[in-house]
Amino acid sequence: MKGYLGIDVGSVSTNIVFMDEQTNVLESLYLRTNGQPVATVQKGLGQIKEKLPAKVVVRGVGTTGSGRQLTGIVVGADAIKNEITAHAVAASHLVPGVQSVLEIGGQDSKIIILRNGVVTDFAMNTVCAAGTGSFLDQQASRLNIAIEEFGDIALRGSTPVRIAGRCAVFAESDMIHKQQMGYNLDNILAGLCEALVRNYLNNVGKGKEILGPVVFQGGVAANAGMRKAFERALGLEVQIPKYFNVMGAVGAAMLAKDAVSKGVPTQFKGFGVADMEYKAGSFECDGCPNLCEVIEMAEQGKIIARWGDRCGKWSNALATREASRSC
Amino acid sequence: MKVTFPHMGYMYISLKGMLEYLGIEVVPPPPCSKRTLNLGVKHCPEFACLPLKLNVGNFIEAREIGADTIMMAGGCGPCRFGYYAYVENEILKDLQVHFNLVVLEPPEKHIGELLGRIKKITGNQPWVKVIKALRFGYLKARAVDQVEKSSFQKRPRELIRGATDRALKQAIHEIDSAQTPQELTTAEEKSREIMESISIDINRPVLKVALIGEIYTLLEPFANGNIERHLGNLGVEVDRSMMLSEWINDHLFMGLIRNAPSSKRFIKVASPYLNHFVGGHGQETIGAAVWYGQQGFDGALQILPFTCMPEIVAQSILPSVSGDTGLPVMTLIMDEHSGEAGMVTRLEAFVDLLQRRNEQKEALTS
Ligand code: SF4
Repeated sequence: MKGYLGIDVGSVSTNIVFMDEQTNVLESLYLRTNGQPVATVQKGLGQIKEKLPAKVVVRGVGTTGSGRQLTGIVVGADAIKNEITAHAVAASHLVPGVQSVLEIGGQDSKIIILRNGVVTDFAMNTVCAAGTGSFLDQQASRLNIAIEEFGDIALRGSTPVRIAGRCAVFAESDMIHKQQMGYNLDNILAGLCEALVRNYLNNVGKGKEILGPVVFQGGVAANAGMRKAFERALGLEVQIPKYFNVMGAVGAAMLAKDAVSKGVPTQFKGFGVADMEYKAGSFECDGCPNLCEVIEMAEQGKIIARWGDRCGKWSNALATREASRSC
Repeated sequence: MKVTFPHMGYMYISLKGMLEYLGIEVVPPPPCSKRTLNLGVKHCPEFACLPLKLNVGNFIEAREIGADTIMMAGGCGPCRFGYYAYVENEILKDLQVHFNLVVLEPPEKHIGELLGRIKKITGNQPWVKVIKALRFGYLKARAVDQVEKSSFQKRPRELIRGATDRALKQAIHEIDSAQTPQELTTAEEKSREIMESISIDINRPVLKVALIGEIYTLLEPFANGNIERHLGNLGVEVDRSMMLSEWINDHLFMGLIRNAPSSKRFIKVASPYLNHFVGGHGQETIGAAVWYGQQGFDGALQILPFTCMPEIVAQSILPSVSGDTGLPVMTLIMDEHSGEAGMVTRLEAFVDLLQRRNEQKEALTS
């Protein structure tokens, strides 16, 4: 069997998928990054290899997410792409003709606007916690309900309570207030979903023309209450793709397929990467008052990458060969 | 008297050239760094913008190495920059960091006004000499601009990663070291040779992206997260809507030097969208988007400091410019919390967007 690997390394979670030549996702894996992207990817590669038939041939590998560069170097990626492009590629593959992609993950959320299959606009929010999955997690645990039940309970709310959703701090105190006033849980949760959707549309989706088909992806898409709140706010049907949770990795695998499509041999170093020794070290450069914390990655004792320098003094020094472009 | 001034990209070369020509001792602040920013953030109001914080950091660091007089530009109109020099001086006074302050308000009617204000620093030196010094400073700015422009073209095409960065540093040093107009001519020649020596791949396809927006964040690489370098490394040729020499000619010399590019070209084409002054360079930003759209650029990036009012006005108008001209525009807002990694992700995504658009266009026409 031949196929492609897609790896999405974020600050919270790491996803790996294996996709066959017909772009069917055969295996997918979700791991917590725990601040150790390389070790997590190694572990993930080991696990996915176990799941796949012994004679599998990896024809290409793609990486995305905030750890894309690092992981790309470690595994030998054919495509190293930012998460916005990867998500857009995956969405337009799984839902042909999609014009708007709403994405809410644990730490950040984004919106991608496509027209005629091409990204024409996007926005990303990483600062405001009120617009992300971890905010929902927090509120669920404060109300003592499991996050998995959140959506179903919210769906039962027939008259959502209006909750100030501009900022996580306001939302939380407003919610406590509404609870004390005696509103029932269904309606509070439904109201929370609406507040989150309002926050998302005002901050991330500000000024963007959201046309159907609309795709909603990222971890929060599992929450049925959120989907309903989006449908109400937009007056459009909202679709949730089959692999809503691992779209970044799906996109990365597709981009890898693209990259090797013209007969370019893959750079993949093989599943043996899982057993190699990688060591990340760091030092403070005293070349100037920026005092950059330069991080370096060694593979079997040999430095293979450095980054973190503002001026390029260290990262450029390793790259004296033909400049490799990541785009 | 040891004169210092805030950093704004390579402006120090021009100012230093001018003042030293008059025999005035100059102490430029150390280049903007994390330390500069930390000092500024610590001592400035939180909601002040990034330029103010970096300016204050610059002054504190310049005082440490012996500067005692600040020379700074003033301004007018709705932008807060006009009173920055005074506010900064008050902050410094509170910190017991004492300076003499000389504010150079831009002339309103005639270049003579500028000369009058400069006199506070130049003392009784003859006018002819002051004018020659101003000219020398201007020539240095122009020489630096040439080198920078050439780096914009070389970087996306360089064969060895980092070659442009190294050459740029050397070439700038040549210009900075020139003491007289004669030496400057030689230095310009040398810097051109240095830039020419970068080996490039002429045939590599590159995207063209314009940088527009607020002057400080456009010119100071520390404030914009080295955006020109990042874009160049992503295979993008950039064009900056504001070069120092142009700004000097437009605002300080009041267009005295003919045949130099001027921001007037932006104001003219801005009028269907915004035809009056909104402070700062808000109007120029709109005009620049229109102008670069007409020049067939692939995209534009607007850069502004968080809380910058004129640029916020411009930002709200840019979507309609974008809609009419078809030029994709993305806005990047800079402050002390902006992380370079997040910026690079957005830049990469924007470059992808432009590239795919291009591929689609080619597919349609071929
Ligand atoms: S890596 Fe460059 S910018 Fe960072 S501290 Fe060293 S010399 Fe300064």
